[in-house]
Amino acid sequence: MFIFKLAFRNILGAGLRTWLNVVALSFSFVAIIFLQGIYTGMNDQVEQATVDAFYGGGQFWQRSYDPYDPLTLDDAHALLPKELNALVQSDQATPILIRQAAIYPEGRFRTILLKGIDPLQKVLSVPSILLMDGQGTIPALIGSRMAKSTGLHKGDELTIQWRDVHGTFDARTVRIIAVVKTSVQEIDNGQVWIPLDQLQSLSAMPGHATIVVLRPSISPPGISSGWEFKSLEYLLQDIHTAVRSKRISASIFYIVLLFLAMLAIFDTQVLSIFRRRKEMGTLMALGMTRANIIELFTLEGALHGIFAAFVAALYGIPLLGYVAKTGWELPGAADAVGFAIGEKLFPTYSVALVAGTTALVLLVTTVVSFLPTRRIAKLKPTDALRGKMS
Amino acid sequence: MRRMFWLIAVLLSSVCYAQTPRLPQSASGEEILKKVDLNMFSENKIIESRMVIHGERGSRTVETKSWQRSTRETFSEFLAPARDKGTKMLKLQDMLWTYSPSTDRIILISGHMLRQSVMGSDLSYEDMMEDPHLPNLYSAKVSSEETVVGRSCWVLDLTAKKEDIAYNSRKAWIDKTRYVLLKENLYAKSGKLLKTMEVREVTEIQNHWIAKSILYKDVLKEGGGTEFFVDSVILDATIPEYLFSKAALKK
Repeated sequence: MFIFKLAFRNILGAGLRTWLNVVALSFSFVAIIFLQGIYTGMNDQVEQATVDAFYGGGQFWQRSYDPYDPLTLDDAHALLPKELNALVQSDQATPILIRQAAIYPEGRFRTILLKGIDPLQKVLSVPSILLMDGQGTIPALIGSRMAKSTGLHKGDELTIQWRDVHGTFDARTVRIIAVVKTSVQEIDNGQVWIPLDQLQSLSAMPGHATIVVLRPSISPPGISSGWEFKSLEYLLQDIHTAVRSKRISASIFYIVLLFLAMLAIFDTQVLSIFRRRKEMGTLMALGMTRANIIELFTLEGALHGIFAAFVAALYGIPLLGYVAKTGWELPGAADAVGFAIGEKLFPTYSVALVAGTTALVLLVTTVVSFLPTRRIAKLKPTDALRGKMS
Repeated sequence: MRRMFWLIAVLLSSVCYAQTPRLPQSASGEEILKKVDLNMFSENKIIESRMVIHGERGSRTVETKSWQRSTRETFSEFLAPARDKGTKMLKLQDMLWTYSPSTDRIILISGHMLRQSVMGSDLSYEDMMEDPHLPNLYSAKVSSEETVVGRSCWVLDLTAKKEDIAYNSRKAWIDKTRYVLLKENLYAKSGKLLKTMEVREVTEIQNHWIAKSILYKDVLKEGGGTEFFVDSVILDATIPEYLFSKAALKK
């Protein structure tokens, strides 16, 4: 306790030098917690939006369906088995038929995925109810990214060409009934949504679907063949991997930030040990062992970290709390990243995140404070009293 | 591109026409179509042609030389432009391969790739794979008579006989005396017009009538369409057997 009191008094006595280090270190605290919170928030936000809009509580895929292989789409359709039909009838699941098609916005050819969805479905957040408003033509929904890339607007008419189940070309004019502002790419880019029954009829595939989306919390029924269940964990793994890789790349920033703060602590410790040789000699003459002196100096260094944690809390809690509440407005270019984030990102801070970051910074600060003190182990009291280093 | 081959065949059909008796004015659609089909195809042809693709950003010309055996086997080599020179295509029955000298690889065109445009033209690879024998695929009915490029024509309404035909219906304008297809419209199942073909010039080669200039247009796309010019045709030519093998693509 004596050593702690002495260290505390010494560090306060150092005045401005101490507070400069503390403030610099507190920046590291706040920046690391803020960025970690951003990535945690991004993960949560993307996951929630994607689950609500497209993944639901998991999906059944027709056996031939592979979203990464458009060649599979021609054969990726089948009648629903009775187990899935029962779920669809009770609004616990919704079928989606996916066909490959071509559109000609402004006279340019572009391949798309034509998706049929039940306008009355209640499983996904896609505003499919708008597809009830046909007004004589086939109503179609597109996402905001799709609208931007094709130059299409609400009310525009568009020719879509596709092949039916027999391979015969068909082409119809659809009317863009609404442009849905969505951050979920899985329902937006390169896709046009029309009523399921119309797509089934036009493709000569009555009752067929490519995927069936379950309502969250519904347990998937056992189906013998033809359909495979894809759990949320499976469907979200790409998003998790992408966020993880972003988190790892951001860690370079933490390392640089922490390195700069630690450099300041290290410098302070080296300077302190050099300038306080006589003091060390006096303390040894008064009966302190070398280990006690090493402990004293290490504690002084570590106290920088503790002070920094308090200072960071002083301005960090209101600042980060405000951002968590109001969100962080993303620049327009962020949309190109392809994450379902929306216009604002809301960071998420957990107790584990704050405690973990604090523990990490304190540990690193203590280790960095200890390193220069190793020279004290070789210090002779007589040399120290004369102001020499052994 | 399939159209290209098919149109070449169309051009060649007129050759045979000169040797066949003329149908009566009241001929049925089926009879006319058979006549066109009969005239259209002959064994072994060597064709040099140009395809002028009129896109939104200008036009470019692709020159090819094709060796055709019956209607189902064709070997083509691109002669120009420089960047496509040496590219080869081989069609054997229902299979289509391409070879690009820049990658030195032979690629089987299948599935989704068949829908892609050939060299940016208004023709898709899928078009190339279609059976050109129209009587096999369509039932025909004479709907009217019209004059096209100054020639008196029968207008035939063609309806697919089977469900798995790419175009559910067509409208064809057939020269009454030459039995050459002078104009054709291709329709989707909904009746929407998808593609058109117009013969602009017919010429007599080796005592046969050949369409020399054709405009092919994907009507859903912007642009001026794809023009096809036949520069030379050799009928009943001797074509070495090895050309109709994948090995020939790399030679």
